[in-house]
Amino acid sequence: MSVVSEELSLKGVVRELLSYKSAILGLIILAGLIILSIYAVLFTPFAKSGALWNDQQVWLKYPRTAAPAWTNIFSSKKLPENVYVNMGKPVNVSKEGTRIKRTYVSKFSYNYDDTPSEIIFFFNTSYEKLRPKVSIYWMKPDGENLSLGTYRIRKGGTSIYLSNNLRLISDLQEKIEEELGKKINKSLTLEDILFRDFKTGGILKGTYTVRLDVLVKNETDRVEWQGIVYGKVYGLAGTDDKRRPLHLGLLWGAPIALAFGLVASLSITFIQLIISAISGYYGGRVDSVIQRLTEIYMILPFLPMLVLVQLLYGMNLWRLLLLLIVLSIFGTSVKTYRVWVMQLKSYPYVEAAKAYGASNMRIIFLYILPRLIPPTIPSLVLAVPGYVFLEAALAFLGLSDVNIVTWGRIVEEAFSEGALYKGYYHWVLMPSLMLVITAISFALIGIALDRIVNPKLKEM
Amino acid sequence: MPPVVKVLVKRALILFVIVLIATYITILVANVGGYIDDLKKKEIEFQVAQAVQNNPQYKDLSPAEKTALIKKLAQVEIKRQGLDQPFIIRSFRYLWDAITLDLGRAEKMTSDSGSRSVRIIILERLPQTILLFTTATVINFFIGLFGGLSLSRKFGSFLDKLVIYLSPTSAIPGWFYGIFLIMIFYTWLHVLPPGGLVDYPPPPDPVGYVLSVLKHMILPLLSWVVSSFFIGIYSNRTFFLLYSTEDYVEVAKAKGLPPRQIERRYILRPALPPIITQFAFAVVFSWSGAIITETVFNWPGLGLAYYQAINLVDVPVIVGITVVFGYLIAATVFILEILYGLVDPRIKAGMGEAL
Repeated sequence: MSVVSEELSLKGVVRELLSYKSAILGLIILAGLIILSIYAVLFTPFAKSGALWNDQQVWLKYPRTAAPAWTNIFSSKKLPENVYVNMGKPVNVSKEGTRIKRTYVSKFSYNYDDTPSEIIFFFNTSYEKLRPKVSIYWMKPDGENLSLGTYRIRKGGTSIYLSNNLRLISDLQEKIEEELGKKINKSLTLEDILFRDFKTGGILKGTYTVRLDVLVKNETDRVEWQGIVYGKVYGLAGTDDKRRPLHLGLLWGAPIALAFGLVASLSITFIQLIISAISGYYGGRVDSVIQRLTEIYMILPFLPMLVLVQLLYGMNLWRLLLLLIVLSIFGTSVKTYRVWVMQLKSYPYVEAAKAYGASNMRIIFLYILPRLIPPTIPSLVLAVPGYVFLEAALAFLGLSDVNIVTWGRIVEEAFSEGALYKGYYHWVLMPSLMLVITAISFALIGIALDRIVNPKLKEM
Repeated sequence: MPPVVKVLVKRALILFVIVLIATYITILVANVGGYIDDLKKKEIEFQVAQAVQNNPQYKDLSPAEKTALIKKLAQVEIKRQGLDQPFIIRSFRYLWDAITLDLGRAEKMTSDSGSRSVRIIILERLPQTILLFTTATVINFFIGLFGGLSLSRKFGSFLDKLVIYLSPTSAIPGWFYGIFLIMIFYTWLHVLPPGGLVDYPPPPDPVGYVLSVLKHMILPLLSWVVSSFFIGIYSNRTFFLLYSTEDYVEVAKAKGLPPRQIERRYILRPALPPIITQFAFAVVFSWSGAIITETVFNWPGLGLAYYQAINLVDVPVIVGITVVFGYLIAATVFILEILYGLVDPRIKAGMGEAL
């Protein structure tokens, strides 16, 4: 089947492409991804996004492994979002011995159907001599008052992680059992204690009150605080086990996936075209050397080689891309393209060019290559998802660039942290969804292009 | 010698030379950073140091004297093993070792039987890889072939259109579907194991063992089948349709031959060589995909061994498996050429250039 003889203009191809509904869908998705990528690159450059992603301190105030917030719409059980208990002004300042006591009262309403995931109080403190002391009290909507302990606060930014304060939890459980007059046969979590009604076992909905008594030595001693009742849902895509909001990772991964896939596919196709043009046009010894090279390349196990080099020389994403190109330029397509070149070589217009004395390079680059480009476009587009997934596969093997965020890396982290076994579906599904829609968009466009460029397929 | 054999012997020789070159490239790549040399020298120094420490004859030496002695003995040993020779000479020795699968000892990995020999590690894992991926490729091949053939008869039907519309799903690779399959069949439905080769502990009777292996094979196989299902049928269908528009098929139809006969004699027969090529490429491709698929499904084959070797940075194992993959691909290509010789009359006559 000779494909090269078909006359095709780029404009004609685009016009015809728009007559395919599937291609339009593909183009719309692709346009969306491109807009997302431009947005991502404009607001957070690659280097910065990678550094941010790897910095655990940045994400402290996000819940851990929270599902996307929109999952609440589809579920009868409303999972909590983050609730912030903010400081406000002290309601009372009094003297207690030689110390000054500032009392803060903060209220929040809680109307979800499940307990929160964690409770942490953050402090930012400066003092002169004595460490400030903080006592935390918790009042449930039914009026029950619980003391959550007294803590000495260190200088600078610190936090009190209430959820793993085992002593506090067992004390509180004893108190509750005393009130109930019976034993509870499992160890409760702090969240259970603070948010459940133990007569019914359900969640107590309504207004909760948090009281903090801050004892300081000097008038100038400063204690700023914020309590966070961590939710179980967050944002568009949820969070991972390091509290990172996944929608940011997905956003930052978009330009990388597109750039990697497109650059790989474009450069590999064009280099292969040039090599096959040279091989087919010159023939003879040049041709046989290039053909033997493609045979060697066929035997070289591609992914193992890629992995070997990546492992030994530990490269960043762009060098990995270069390596990928080097490992692919003598791919099997060279053989297909070469046959097309041989067909073109005998065309009258090439003969004519030879006759008026055009140089070989001129004939290859101006007369042969331009005619080869249209029939290769479908395979070029269809190859993009393969490269996007190749990056994901390398990330999955733990061989991707650790300094940037890619979708593959998020999937890998989810997988290695056991997200599938622990039921954090969103953590795997969200990045996978991005990979899948990217792949599908290119496939839709590519298949339509294939039918346009190979008119024999169109009839079928 | 009959021409077919002559062609095959020639091709086998060419393929062998190609494997040689590919292996040599692997060795060059692995050694550009001086990795293999460093490792070998370190191993020698370690062995010599141990020998000196354990030898009662050297008990009374001072630490400085001992260090000097170790250095001296290590130099002798390095010289004895030829590590002081220029790399060009050594690289050919490495090549010989690799080609003869004399792959040396793993640095950290051990085989399941506890051996450190790279050859044993590889041979232990090889059957599982061949089992899984040849089965997957064969299943996919026949689904594509028969699905495509039957769809080409129903050209233009609803089913035909459905397959065309669903063919973009194959842009997603098998291992990726694997993640979803684990999610559905293990995490959600709890009906199939998420990975591995057999249950633990393995069933003692052979029948139970085979059944357990089959149960563990379902998900990896399914992931590959799902991934290439629609594109396989679609491309085969298109391919058969292209062949069925040839003039000789029209002539056969005009002669009034029954459709089955036309299909067998005038469509399938001439389409056979490209179909075989397609199959062989699918097999070659599956070897490459082994690393990632076996990692996802924790399938103890060569690919998983490769992944484990990566994590342990065990270079001898990595080089060894790369070479074995090269051999596998070459063997596949060679079998392809034999088949080609059998089905393509032009090659049978010893004329055409294979592949």
